[in-house]
Amino acid sequence: MDTLEKAQQAAHPTTRDYLKVGVTLFVLTVAEVVAIYLGLPRALLAAVLVVLSAWKFLLVAQFFMHLKFDSRIYAGFFAVGIVLAVLITLAVTVIIL
Amino acid sequence: MSHASAHAAGHVEVHQEAHAHHHHTSLGIPNQKLGTWIFIASESMFFAALITTYMVYRYRSVVGPHPDEVVNIPLTTVSTFILLMSSLTMALGVSAAHRGEMRQVGKFLAITILGGLGFLVIQFYEWWHLAHDFGLTWRTNIFGSIFYILTGFHKAHVIAGMVWLAVIAISSFRGTLRKEHAVNVDVAGLYWHFVDVVWIVIFTLVFLLTEAGV
Repeated sequence: MDTLEKAQQAAHPTTRDYLKVGVTLFVLTVAEVVAIYLGLPRALLAAVLVVLSAWKFLLVAQFFMHLKFDSRIYAGFFAVGIVLAVLITLAVTVIIL
Repeated sequence: MSHASAHAAGHVEVHQEAHAHHHHTSLGIPNQKLGTWIFIASESMFFAALITTYMVYRYRSVVGPHPDEVVNIPLTTVSTFILLMSSLTMALGVSAAHRGEMRQVGKFLAITILGGLGFLVIQFYEWWHLAHDFGLTWRTNIFGSIFYILTGFHKAHVIAGMVWLAVIAISSFRGTLRKEHAVNVDVAGLYWHFVDVVWIVIFTLVFLLTEAGV
């Protein structure tokens, strides 16, 4: 095993870490479903759901997709895609509404 | 040479040594991974356009059924959970590939494929339920059109991912998948996780917000 592989294995999540992320994703999904039946004001509920969803998104991207541990170049390309996706969202919304 | 540049040069050198058998970009990272991330970036835009179109048009149908009449949260939650857990087994498969445990890769990928299959069975059942019990097809109204297009494209991505993973799993079980192929497992994993994060967004925006009346 060379130096980089050792470094990568040290930096990458362990099986235990992956299981923790899996459990967290499960809990966040349950929290999302419970939240919609709590009778919260609509604006607050929408904010809660978006935050929980973004949290899940980031967990998968950071740990399962290794963005937290891999070269930042990958994160850069993904970020460009997300920024353009947001711009498309705004553009489509403005055009249609 | 500064400490930072020396460190960067050393990192690239070691990285190149570790992946000497792979094609690399001039940045010292595997072409497959960089290409996959660029593909994922373009796919993000694709799904953003579909999801936005859904959000804008969902309540503009002249005739029903409308979204709040048909969403099935319990069933969709189960399918969401199955897809999330398939991402977990995918991550464990990639981890096994990097450790060189290639037989384990096949087992984890097989479980991941089963997760994808479970997700699809529930999703297709939901489609059947919508068409059979609510009369909602993609020709019924604008909500039906964009709903089936959005979820249909996502299903197509899941199916493509299952085929991709099946090819790798078969290679693993045949003993032809080696540690130097770990990056191939890695990029398949990236694709599968992307399909998962897209569903995380769809689940919240298309199902939960509708059920919440937002």
